[in-house]
Amino acid sequence: MTTAAPNRSVLEVIDLHVEIASRRGVVRAVDGVSLEVPAGHAVGVVGESGSGKSMTLRAVLGVLPPEAKITAGQVLLDGQDLTHLSNTQLNRVRGPKIAMIFQEPMSALNPVMRVGAQIAEGPQVHLGMNRAQAGERALDLMRRVGIPDPERRYRAYPHEFSGGMRQRVMIAIALSCDPSVVLCDEPTTALDVTIQDQILRLLTRICRESGTSLVFVTHDLPVVAQVCDQLAVMYAGQIVERGAVKEVLTRPSHPYTLGLVRSAPDVDRVRTSLVAIPGSPPSLINPPTGCRFHPRCSFAEQDCETTMPPLKPISAGRATACLHYERCLEALDTLGADR
Amino acid sequence: MSTISIPPAAGSPGPAPQAAAGDRARTRRGRWYRQPTLMAGLVITGLILFLVIAAPLLTSYNPDTPNFTATLQSPSAHHLLGTDQLGRDTWSRLLYGGRTDLRIAFIAVLLPFVLGTIVGSVAGYFGGWVDIVIMRLVDIVVAFPFFVLVIALVFVLGPGERSIYIAISLIGWVSYARIIRGQILVAKRQEYVAAAQAGGLSHVRIMARHLLPNVISQAIVYALSVDIEQDILAIVTLSYLGLGIQPPAPDWGTMISDGQNFLTTHWQLTTIPGLAVVVTGLGLSLLADGLADLLRLGQS
Amino acid sequence: MAFVIHRLVLLVPTVLGVTIITFFMIHLIPGDPARTILGIHATPRAIAILHAQWGLNRPLVDQYWLYMDRLVHGNLGQSLYYGTGVAGLITSRLPVTLWLIIYAAILAVVISVPLAILAASRKDGIRDHAVRLIPLLGLGMPAFWLGLILQSELSVRYRLFPVTGYGTGFAGHLHSMFLPSLTVAIALCPVIIRSLRASMLDVLGAEFITTARAKGVPATRLYIRHVLRNAIIPAVTVLGINIGFLIGGTLIVEQVFGLPGVGSLLIQSIFARDFPVVQAVALVFGIMVVLVNLLTDVAYATLDPRVRFD
Repeated sequence: MTTAAPNRSVLEVIDLHVEIASRRGVVRAVDGVSLEVPAGHAVGVVGESGSGKSMTLRAVLGVLPPEAKITAGQVLLDGQDLTHLSNTQLNRVRGPKIAMIFQEPMSALNPVMRVGAQIAEGPQVHLGMNRAQAGERALDLMRRVGIPDPERRYRAYPHEFSGGMRQRVMIAIALSCDPSVVLCDEPTTALDVTIQDQILRLLTRICRESGTSLVFVTHDLPVVAQVCDQLAVMYAGQIVERGAVKEVLTRPSHPYTLGLVRSAPDVDRVRTSLVAIPGSPPSLINPPTGCRFHPRCSFAEQDCETTMPPLKPISAGRATACLHYERCLEALDTLGADR
Repeated sequence: MSTISIPPAAGSPGPAPQAAAGDRARTRRGRWYRQPTLMAGLVITGLILFLVIAAPLLTSYNPDTPNFTATLQSPSAHHLLGTDQLGRDTWSRLLYGGRTDLRIAFIAVLLPFVLGTIVGSVAGYFGGWVDIVIMRLVDIVVAFPFFVLVIALVFVLGPGERSIYIAISLIGWVSYARIIRGQILVAKRQEYVAAAQAGGLSHVRIMARHLLPNVISQAIVYALSVDIEQDILAIVTLSYLGLGIQPPAPDWGTMISDGQNFLTTHWQLTTIPGLAVVVTGLGLSLLADGLADLLRLGQS
Repeated sequence: MAFVIHRLVLLVPTVLGVTIITFFMIHLIPGDPARTILGIHATPRAIAILHAQWGLNRPLVDQYWLYMDRLVHGNLGQSLYYGTGVAGLITSRLPVTLWLIIYAAILAVVISVPLAILAASRKDGIRDHAVRLIPLLGLGMPAFWLGLILQSELSVRYRLFPVTGYGTGFAGHLHSMFLPSLTVAIALCPVIIRSLRASMLDVLGAEFITTARAKGVPATRLYIRHVLRNAIIPAVTVLGINIGFLIGGTLIVEQVFGLPGVGSLLIQSIFARDFPVVQAVALVFGIMVVLVNLLTDVAYATLDPRVRFD
């Protein structure tokens, strides 16, 4: 899969498979996911809970929960395959080359460690700075992410900060060793709408300034539209559509994406109705045969049940995993006529 | 029906919802015999209980009568574990001693259990100053190390079995009071209590018939494991010091004390009764852990 | 600081309660308390003096006041056996007991923490099961029995340590007190291991550990600065609850190893029917436990910054 502009890819995920052992069987949480993150770009990964998007991020960084394992695939960071590295080797990559921001800043920060120390820890461990130098750097980062009065706040504990401030701390931690990629796992979901906007702007600005790439996982379409330029849609552990954000959202070429777009509340325009996608997410232990979305799909046909559709390119930079994607485009046109 | 706007759970997503319900069904009560901890506990404790109860069948020697022709013998066909310095058969003394110690321990749990449950229920249910006063009392009793109080009380009351019961009852009730009170504080907020009160039932009836059966399980687990164990240790320690079971009655504590002068030559006299205490403790701990696991699984 | 004062104030009723109980002990014994106290020295004159001093014919409340008055002035009574003031007896023997307690606590931590880390880091592995066996065996083990065996093997047979006694000088103390402290420590380990392992497992599942791992924090630093630092908090509370158990355990160990501490004093006084000593020692132990609980609360607040800002 090549992207529109010939940028080199800083992160490449190739056919990644992650399985979780559970008492009822093996859960195929990530089932053949491939992604390319060009340098300096923000790639969004969108899907429902359980679609495997968080698992993908964690697999990239190697911080999967103990029951989960990467069973196949590669993760290439600047050409180096991370899946074959031991934990000690991975530790040298985490921080300086790739970092992650989590959803719940209150539980994602060590409650008994001062905030400044947590930001300074990365530079101390990875960049060989002593405590004073790392402290300086931490203060600097705090200013960059917009934390007021950083000298005083340096010695504060996480519980003394508001949610938005804590997320800024998390961003500071992620940026502390100048990584080339920052993975974001629903960073604004737990925040107030007004704060969400601030944090998103912050993220976009910083990454543009330093040329860092973002992989932005969320279930919230408007957020993706604001931050990202590329988008991948995940369903039941697989990527079902991918392309430039504007294109995918305005002209979805997969029934699931169509459903998402129609069910998302749109602040700018008044829709005639919010349409929910019927049915519920499938079991990842025994997924439906053929296309995994077919039981809920209104365009489903015979072959959808028997063949697993591959992710096929349909135009420059766009790909979809629907055998009958033209039906989506038709449906869109008719919908447009309704307004 | 599902829409995109459902907020996902914090942390990593687990397996699909259908999977979890099946898990729970599989580990329900019906499979209690599959729990290794519980089974191990039952086997060990059962074995020990069997041995001490069947003591007369398992040995023909009288554990109390000395026999000066056969002192300090090594294990042999006649004396399975040898004899002590007064010629008494060690195996008999072990079995009969176990009888005494376990009997006393099992009885000694009862009164604190009952007393503590009542006091804890009252404190938890009525709350207010009743609760404050009772919990202050609990704090004070707890302020003394268990053993210091026991030993001081036994001093005051004189050594022997009766003192042990009184001392343990006067001190042991606090743990039960705390446990039951904690449970009741939570349980009394449940709907069925409000319903019972609305139905005009008296407080006593509500406490006894509605609340208690639901909260008693933790207290029972505590009784069977920690408390009996603590009592066994207290009884054995008191007897070792000479303040508990008085000789010549057999008991593990006095056996340890009797044998301590012969540790380098006839180590089995002191070591074996101690091992008996340890193994009994092991059985009871496993039993308690197994029960606790079972209860937790049954509740989820 | 305000926190400490606040806690101290809360303690007052408990301490008062402790004094009340020790005061009452004397009245539990049937018969004339004066006769009991004096034992074989009970001459009519001595009885009369004691009656006057303690106000034994006055209402209980007055007697209690007199008791508290004596306490506040440091008068814990006269030992029947030694003939000297009880307060002096206790203060001379207290250092031994304190040595034992502190030494045992340190040993217990040194043994338990690595074992708990071992178990928690490889949950359900062989090492974990092996470590979990320790509480199962240890909780049922009589401390004095273990002490006897250690003494017999290491001191008598192999002459590695003195059989009994306190030793002289700091190094002497370290050496002589090692086995008794080890005995108490081993009795304490099961509780510490169990609770520390459980709290570490809780912490290991927390989000911020994933953050730290995502930062690339190496394993050693992760365990010490992140996992342990958070896991000790609940474990300290559990330790505090069991401190009474620890202090009680020292009683019997002092007896077995012939240590001239407060615990062995208690036991000897019981056999000698030396009531004033028994009463005073019970009081001292009670206050000790109360103080240790206070220390635990303070330690908890120091370790958990979320509590401090109340």
